[in-house]
Amino acid sequence: MSATPDDVLTGEANTAAQTSSKAAEAEAEYGHLVKSEYEHGFVTDIESDTLPPGLDESVIATISQRKGEPRWMLDWRLAAYRKWLDMPTPKWAAVHYPPIDYQSISYFSAPKKQELESLDEVDPALLETYEKLGIPIEEQKALAGVAVDAVFDSVSVATTFREKLSEAGVIFCAISEAVQEYPELVQKYLGTVVPPTDNYYTGLNSAVFTDGTFVYVPKNTRCPMELSTYFRINEAKTGQFERTLIVADEGSYVSYLEGCTAPQRDENQLHAAVVELIALENAEIKYSTVQNWYPGDEEGRGGIYNFVTKRGDCRGDNSKISWTQVETGSAITWKYPSCILRGDNSVGEFYSVAVTKGKQQADTGTKMIHLGKNTRSTIVSKGISAQQGIQSYRGLVRIAGKAEGARNHTQCDSLLIGDKCAANTFPYIEVKNPSAQMEHEATTSKISDDQLFYCRSRGLTEEDAVSMIVNGFCKEVFNELPMEFAVEAQKLLSISLEGAVG
Amino acid sequence: MLSVKGLKAEVDEKEILKGLDLDVGAGEVHAIMGPNGSGKSTLAHVLSGREGYEVTGGSVSFEGKDLLDLDPEERACLGLFLAFQYPVELPGVNNTYFLKAALNAKRKYHGEEELDAVSFMRLMKERLKVLHLDDSLLKRPVNVGFSGGEKKRNEIFQMALLEPKLAILDETDSGLDIDALRVVANGVNALRGPERSMIVVTHYQRLLDYIEPDYVHVLAKGRIIRSGGKELALELEEKGYGWIVDEAAA
Ligand SMILES: Nc1ncnc2c1ncn2[C@@H]1O[C@H](COP(=O)(O)OP(=O)(O)O)[C@@H](O)[C@H]1O
Ligand SMILES: [Mg+2]
Repeated sequence: MSATPDDVLTGEANTAAQTSSKAAEAEAEYGHLVKSEYEHGFVTDIESDTLPPGLDESVIATISQRKGEPRWMLDWRLAAYRKWLDMPTPKWAAVHYPPIDYQSISYFSAPKKQELESLDEVDPALLETYEKLGIPIEEQKALAGVAVDAVFDSVSVATTFREKLSEAGVIFCAISEAVQEYPELVQKYLGTVVPPTDNYYTGLNSAVFTDGTFVYVPKNTRCPMELSTYFRINEAKTGQFERTLIVADEGSYVSYLEGCTAPQRDENQLHAAVVELIALENAEIKYSTVQNWYPGDEEGRGGIYNFVTKRGDCRGDNSKISWTQVETGSAITWKYPSCILRGDNSVGEFYSVAVTKGKQQADTGTKMIHLGKNTRSTIVSKGISAQQGIQSYRGLVRIAGKAEGARNHTQCDSLLIGDKCAANTFPYIEVKNPSAQMEHEATTSKISDDQLFYCRSRGLTEEDAVSMIVNGFCKEVFNELPMEFAVEAQKLLSISLEGAVG
Repeated sequence: MLSVKGLKAEVDEKEILKGLDLDVGAGEVHAIMGPNGSGKSTLAHVLSGREGYEVTGGSVSFEGKDLLDLDPEERACLGLFLAFQYPVELPGVNNTYFLKAALNAKRKYHGEEELDAVSFMRLMKERLKVLHLDDSLLKRPVNVGFSGGEKKRNEIFQMALLEPKLAILDETDSGLDIDALRVVANGVNALRGPERSMIVVTHYQRLLDYIEPDYVHVLAKGRIIRSGGKELALELEEKGYGWIVDEAAA
């Protein structure tokens, strides 16, 4: 039985404590500081092999066939599709968007050249894209200790560091490849953390996912490097349905980094990914995300819809899963990386920085489901709203009846820049075991004129001051990121809040 | 160095500075004293460019430049420094990081190369020694959880690092016990020099026992109503402000 806490959040918030804070008093406007054009807004000119828009069973069969999938995989997809047809779209998230026409989306897109032996065979236009993104693969290769599985559109086109990993017995490959090469592993774990019926978007994803990443770390193995994947949506109207499955076998450790940017587009682009993490006994998974998808123009047009289901299962005793995320992009973010603390003494962590500005909306948070004894969870959420950004933190902590000695610490801080933005906090707490220890702290603050003047009187520009104060606000989360990623995240945050001078 | 002429400034349409004159030469230390609410902090803020104050008359020139034309950060880069009466907390912003950013902003402004971490640490150690401070405050977020004395010491340390041409100390003595006062005053004295002017704003004569001013001014009702040498401070200590204010009004 897999826990599906969505229904708890969906239902009437019977146990909910709600705090809501909106910027009330008028204050100096810092709007001009947070206008920055999307830095990575460009489009690569690559011929794509794209299916015509629309979704039915034959489209799914075509996807499965193009991927060379075994029969069980197709059956799994079709079962998911049939259930999805009857599912309602979630209505409860505090975000607003026009209805999505799922028949206008093309469900498969692949760069023309596939199954490349080496980087030399990669389309030069693609390599150029990476250059523009500041992540040339050649350089990435040289970057000590970081393996890059570059996912471009829906198909992996370049994979590096395979050998070093395979020496350690670590599997790090495209999920479509895993379906063919490691069917027993995929069949054993796929959908066991996030079942296809979990919610509307997981149903859709299960039916049509075209790529993503598979990681398996064998028993008592410490993955010799940080695993890193860069995503980039590049095909107009192509929804992205990534599927990531990470399994850390007993006593193993892996750190996975995910970073995204996307080109500027007029039409809304749906992204409905599913990420499943499984940590067996004494295993630890650290999953870090820096997300910078196109948020839309100043009116919010053209941004990415990011509806992602991420869930980790601490399946074994003494296991640990940490989610760290820095979310600055997307027009709409709907995302609750969660942990199911099944094993005794297992640990779940969620560290998050989310920025909303312009017309961005974010409804994000986490769920910590304590099932095992002496399980511990930590939630640190830092929300930053600027301009007309709207942000909601929605967190569920559930202590099941058998979860003797469970502990949770939740800290939820909002920072408002200007007076047109908003931040809401919705902590849901369900405690069925009286031995539970729960702590919840929430704060809302603004960047004060005093702080800005203090910084400026020391020679810092207003922009530098804002960026410094915001980075200070996020520090506890950045501390959780791997070093290079933390630097990148800070830069990203500064870019997204500073804007062009003048 | 600094020349203030007929300065008038309003807050919320209420006139606080009502035609203030002040001349500070290179290397001079001026004390500005006055009753609470007389406009001392207002003067300090207007000089350093804080928003919310409307200058309605007069002029301020600093090393020949029209100071009122400049943003606060430009004034700072040109060598103006305000030690705050109430230093502001910056949660999560590491004190060392903040100081390095401030120093490098100034260096950049003057077309100098930014200091790397190693040279910066060296400089910091050296300045700590001059002020007889330990480095415990440097690892903490700026002013967060600092005691009153620690905040003031931190201000003086910033001053030591940024090496301003003109430092304005706004009631740096208030809230300090006698030991802390001595530390702060010794710090300030160590930073005195022919190239550095100071305006020491204080409510009490006490600080001037430790920092000997070249000039003492009395600010009341938005104007400098009396100027003199350091003996004026002693006179004020003895008789209070009342008599001068009354005299000026007469
Ligand atoms: N932001 C403000 N809004 C309204 N009045 C102010 C403000 N700041 C200062 N004042 C007023 O200006 C006068 C001078 O204040 P201040 O410069 O702080 O005096 P001092 O530092 O000499 O004690 C006081 O009457 C004070 O109430
Ligand atoms: Mg004052």
